[in-house]
Amino acid sequence: MQIDLRTVSIKPLRHTFDHVARRLGADKPASRYQEGTFDVQPSDNLQYRPTWDPEHELYDPARTQVVMKDWYAFKDPRQYYYGTYTMARARQQEAAEASFDFVETRGLAATLPPDLSRRALDVLVPLRHVAYGANLNNTAMCAYGYGTAITQPCMYQAMDQLGIAQYLTRIGLLLADASELEAGKSRWVGDGRWQGLRRYVENTLVLKDWFELFVAQNLVLDGLLFPLVYDQFIDKRVANEGGAPVSMVCAFMPDWFAETSRWVDASIKTAAAESPQNAQLLADWTSAWLLRATDALEPVATLALGEDAGPVFETVVDAFKARAGKLGLPL
Amino acid sequence: MDMNAKKKLGLKEKYALMTRNLGWETTYEPMDKVFPQMDYEGIRIHDWDKWEDPFRLTMDAYWKYQAEKEKKLYAIIDAYAQNNGHLNVTDARYINALKIFLSAVPSLEYNAHRGFARLGREMRGVGPQVACQMQAIDEIRHAQTQIHSLSNYNKFYNGFHDWKHMNDRVWYLSVPKSFFEDACTCGPFEFIIAIGFSFEYVLTNLVFMPFISGAAYNGDLGAMTFGFSAQSDEARHMTLGLEVIKFMLEQDPANLPIIQRWIDKWTWRGVRLLTIVAMLMDYMLPKRVMSWKEAWEVYFEENGMALFNDLARYGIKVPDCAALIKKEKDHISHQAWNAFYTAGMITNFHTWLPSEDEMNWLSSKYPDSFDKYYRPRFEYYRQREKEGKRFYNKTLPMLCQVCQIPMLFTEGDDPTLISYRQIEHKGDKYHFCSDHCQHIFEHEPEKYVEAWLPAHQIYQGNCFAEGADPTAPGFDPLKSVLDYWHLDFGRDNLDFEGSEDQKNFAAWRQQATTN
Ligand SMILES: [Fe+2]
Ligand SMILES: [Fe+2]
Repeated sequence: MQIDLRTVSIKPLRHTFDHVARRLGADKPASRYQEGTFDVQPSDNLQYRPTWDPEHELYDPARTQVVMKDWYAFKDPRQYYYGTYTMARARQQEAAEASFDFVETRGLAATLPPDLSRRALDVLVPLRHVAYGANLNNTAMCAYGYGTAITQPCMYQAMDQLGIAQYLTRIGLLLADASELEAGKSRWVGDGRWQGLRRYVENTLVLKDWFELFVAQNLVLDGLLFPLVYDQFIDKRVANEGGAPVSMVCAFMPDWFAETSRWVDASIKTAAAESPQNAQLLADWTSAWLLRATDALEPVATLALGEDAGPVFETVVDAFKARAGKLGLPL
Repeated sequence: MDMNAKKKLGLKEKYALMTRNLGWETTYEPMDKVFPQMDYEGIRIHDWDKWEDPFRLTMDAYWKYQAEKEKKLYAIIDAYAQNNGHLNVTDARYINALKIFLSAVPSLEYNAHRGFARLGREMRGVGPQVACQMQAIDEIRHAQTQIHSLSNYNKFYNGFHDWKHMNDRVWYLSVPKSFFEDACTCGPFEFIIAIGFSFEYVLTNLVFMPFISGAAYNGDLGAMTFGFSAQSDEARHMTLGLEVIKFMLEQDPANLPIIQRWIDKWTWRGVRLLTIVAMLMDYMLPKRVMSWKEAWEVYFEENGMALFNDLARYGIKVPDCAALIKKEKDHISHQAWNAFYTAGMITNFHTWLPSEDEMNWLSSKYPDSFDKYYRPRFEYYRQREKEGKRFYNKTLPMLCQVCQIPMLFTEGDDPTLISYRQIEHKGDKYHFCSDHCQHIFEHEPEKYVEAWLPAHQIYQGNCFAEGADPTAPGFDPLKSVLDYWHLDFGRDNLDFEGSEDQKNFAAWRQQATTN
């Protein structure tokens, strides 16, 4: 039965849910981000001990050494909930698809100088595995983190990194073929120049403190890797040497890094601003992982940039340190 | 390079390169340390490469399809809110079903989200990791689309206003809460049998059917839309559930008895949880879709059995509890509504007695039980209402230690006798609604002694309002518990008849239908 309703304006009894109103300080209209995020994780009267971690409750703030009075102090500046997240990525993938299409239909991959194509493959193809490691790590942060405000964007980050691993796979197939992916994997597993980075990734896969993992993966490793590979190598070097098509099909990655860095920065800033203890802890983690990441990435920088690697990588590291300083981390 | 000279990759090959080919055997850290949850449940997996991807969806396609669905869904939600679509529902009583839905279900979806995230990290093969990750992100979608769809109802009706706070506290909500927290605290393989197989595959139609069809039948376009939209994800989740169980069974014959026990346990846990759905179908939808009994016969006794027949070649048997459920199907919806009607003072939704017409419908659907056992009760309650003595239960029910449902079920062969089991464990007594719940406890007592049973907690004084002093003169324990729940007395609870919801709906609908 569909009855004809006149459009009438009726006065609502309330504007949002009480738990949201308590956070907003008053009953006022709330955004979908707020209603879909605030307090959504169960938090009280939890039943049973996890058989996989009996030391903790199912949702337990003590799985990290970071201490927050309120875990919903974290805000995603992009205000992503599932709907806005998928719509944003759908637009980006459409642009990426257009680029792949453009390069493919015009056969532009074949116009690349062979040695340039070789160098791009040497650097990009093993990074599939780094992105996959980042996918697992962010999935872990979502699984073991505390509070939807920070675990939700970790899940989005995880799926993004899987998307990046898949774009890199397509690039390998576009510039070469499936055997190139196998060759890249062999280099990832056996070539000395990649072992530092592989060790770094494997070390992060066994980290138990999920916020330290956030620092090691999203702040430090990505914070060096993306500027080095996509800004310095692909967009500057490769593009200048006649590899504009490669830069086109990589465009998703630097755009994504710029966008997600806003969220990573906001999260670190919030945790550091909470207490001097947090700030110190985050700074210690950052320093320790930065040291390891620099060692791990040096040979990759050389692989990409040859003899210019030293000074270029230094600017990347300096820029990273400046970024960390702005976030309130005394390195 | 000649593009055409490249070897054309098949879909399966290409998807393998996009997923499982990304993984490698770690050497700087041992694989067992990278995937530490794989062994302790006793499940043996010899070859993760044997995993067959239940669906092949790369991230770019995922983003594209899902964004399309989201756009459509939110356009409908917006229009529905703008046009006061809620005034289109058959009868304002219907809205009470949505209150139960919001207080119970988004938290379940959320738990599924986090549980599948854990599996997306812990499963040792990349294929199952990716499939679980996709389900993890789908499940937060379900939680959010439900919250967003029902957000508009909250603006105009009572009982929705503090759903999350209530989910963690209110007595009856510990039933769904404990179900999912039980699954989430299990090892990864049991979790996926519990949620991916028993819940998604065997029972999901019994949850969806009444909500989606019920919403459609009752003029609720909003709820119907998020239901349909979620169901397209559900199709993927069901194929994952089935693939997982087949994969595990094919990997090692020693897995069979473990899996059989999990299927038995989670089918029973799931069916107990569905009691509330049974009640909703038979009592809370002003316009009925079908009876609970009919739904059970179609979706479990026919479709479910076909599935078990399919799994028989692996040695899987129909869970023992099926025999009891067959007997109970004539009773549980009536018993549950009886319990909620008499507990109407401590619910965040309104209750009512079925009308004469509705009772006749129930008689026709339940010829063997309704007139004999339940109609007389409702007539008795009606008589009391007429006399101004509406019956409210003023004490707290004893709860089953496992399913946490009050002791309201009867013996399979005697609908006049409450089914009640009791055992002793380390000097304490524990109560159960059934042999099946008792067996679940006996298998893992150390887990189930941890249960947070609302009735026990209230009696222990753990559920009074913040800052309350139970020793103060004139302390009203019931009022204090309602305060702890944030239940707004007189607005959220009691009879539908005479409620603010009823009055507002009538006034608003009149305003919208007259000139
Ligand atoms: Fe779901
Ligand atoms: Fe039970």
